[in-house]
Amino acid sequence: MTFSILAGAADAATGTPAWAMLAYLVSGVFFILALRGLSSPATSRAGNRNGIIGMLIAVATTLITHDIANIVEIAIAIFIGALIGVTVARKIAMTSMPELVAGFHSLVGLAAVVVGLAAWLDPASFGITDPDNQIFMVSRIELGLGIAIGAITFSGSIIAFLKLSGKMSGSPILLPMRHVINLGTLTAILAMIGIYAVSPDGGAGEGYLIIGITVLAFIIGFLLIIPIGGADMPVVVSMLNSYSGWAAAAMGFTLGNSAMIITGALVGSSGAILSYIMCKAMNRSFISVIAGGFGADAGGAGDGEAREQRPYKQGSADDAAFMLEQAEKVIIIPGYGMAVAQAQHALREMADLLEAKGVEVKYAIHPVAGRMPGHMNVLLAEASVEYDKVFELEDINSEFAQADVAFIIGANDVVNPAAKTDKSSPIYGMPVFDVDKAKQVFFIKRSMGGVGYAGVDNDVFYMDQTMMLLSDAKKMVEEINKALD
Amino acid sequence: MDFISILSIFVLACFVGYYVVWSVTPALHTPLMAVTNAISSVIIVGALIAAAEADSDIAKYLGLFGVVLASVNIFGGFAVTERMLAMYKKKEK
Repeated sequence: MTFSILAGAADAATGTPAWAMLAYLVSGVFFILALRGLSSPATSRAGNRNGIIGMLIAVATTLITHDIANIVEIAIAIFIGALIGVTVARKIAMTSMPELVAGFHSLVGLAAVVVGLAAWLDPASFGITDPDNQIFMVSRIELGLGIAIGAITFSGSIIAFLKLSGKMSGSPILLPMRHVINLGTLTAILAMIGIYAVSPDGGAGEGYLIIGITVLAFIIGFLLIIPIGGADMPVVVSMLNSYSGWAAAAMGFTLGNSAMIITGALVGSSGAILSYIMCKAMNRSFISVIAGGFGADAGGAGDGEAREQRPYKQGSADDAAFMLEQAEKVIIIPGYGMAVAQAQHALREMADLLEAKGVEVKYAIHPVAGRMPGHMNVLLAEASVEYDKVFELEDINSEFAQADVAFIIGANDVVNPAAKTDKSSPIYGMPVFDVDKAKQVFFIKRSMGGVGYAGVDNDVFYMDQTMMLLSDAKKMVEEINKALD
Repeated sequence: MDFISILSIFVLACFVGYYVVWSVTPALHTPLMAVTNAISSVIIVGALIAAAEADSDIAKYLGLFGVVLASVNIFGGFAVTERMLAMYKKKEK
């Protein structure tokens, strides 16, 4: 391999020296190590530091290899960004992590658009022009794709952010003919990138094409996410994570920068794998999630025919405390409701009280519990629950048969046995916790009225061994704690 | 770098990404998203080039704007990841 920089770069000012290319490669390796560190909580913080080192190398290399006339302006720009970033990172509540991540994704997307537009306006500085000052055809395709993916990531993440933070209703918004509109818009974007790639010179028409690609991509990002419901957000957030990676990779191609390409590929794969894990945990195909509309008509059905009165047992905090004290083994299943009620600290206190009485307490986490992958784990960690007491679905599901109590707090669909038995159920085939095997089930729920996200009734409510604890999750757990004390 | 070299790096990095990400423990999936967020802001490299070298004023200001956006993500992403990871504790024996 020759170091013939950026295919035929004519401008000596943009010629990246060989040492700089090696530095970008080293930076890419540090990013790989950053993700590798996350294989265990013990090595994770070292991993994060590796990420920081990789970023420092990349930024320093760029600054050293370019004649920076306006270092003050750049320093101010970095300072403003750092100030905002650090302030947000320190203040954000752990329960708000999903919307924070969605918000950050939108910034990566917008940054990709901005860089793409700058490269189009000033291609010589990016070393993507031939001696006649024309942008290379391959660079045009990369630019077009980078801008388009960035814009989709931006507007899609904004919608995800609004839905997750409750500033916009989480229920799906279904436009008529949306699939036709979406496919049409996507085709138009690709066609415009194609035309831009082969159009010869930088005339006025080129401007319209680039602006057209940008605007249409903003629109399609918006259209793609509005039909997707709140509880499908783990998939959406993962998918947008993936897009932000591909956008960075496309820009890396344009700049011939290995650090950006490696990172883009890592982040792109990461998001894609997380989307896959989430879809599998719901037994839904990726296509059906992206097509949206899940849970849209569930509200009506749930309130209507499925709501015939079936007898259930309701208990009080005192009843629950009494039974919990007697138990030898308790498995707690947290769900999104725990996050909404901010009940994780009270829950941890309850576990402490029980452990002091010799009860074994474990936590069971479904992959799609919460609004983003790993959401429940972070909340439990925030409440200082040791991570070796927290188990994944497949690791703990066989233990329910030996458990005295399954304690369900804010979860619903993930314990619904209909997923195993009822072929007509929308959640059929989704792996669920076998709580029916536990001797006693406590189910904390606001009221009997609401159904889970999937809008299906849950037989667990009506089992002989189930006691419904109808209250706000935090309040109920605090009352149990008082009774245990 | 010529296109084929770049493409080779990209394809191999996709495979590395595939295996590395599968080895991430599910308990750390949220920090994974936060840190991937931070590192994908390596796109700041492009923004810096635009901000530093741009012959056009619009490109320069776009570049500076890109630097601000990416910096929010870099500092915010690493800081929030650090904050989360610091909370994961093992039982003291």
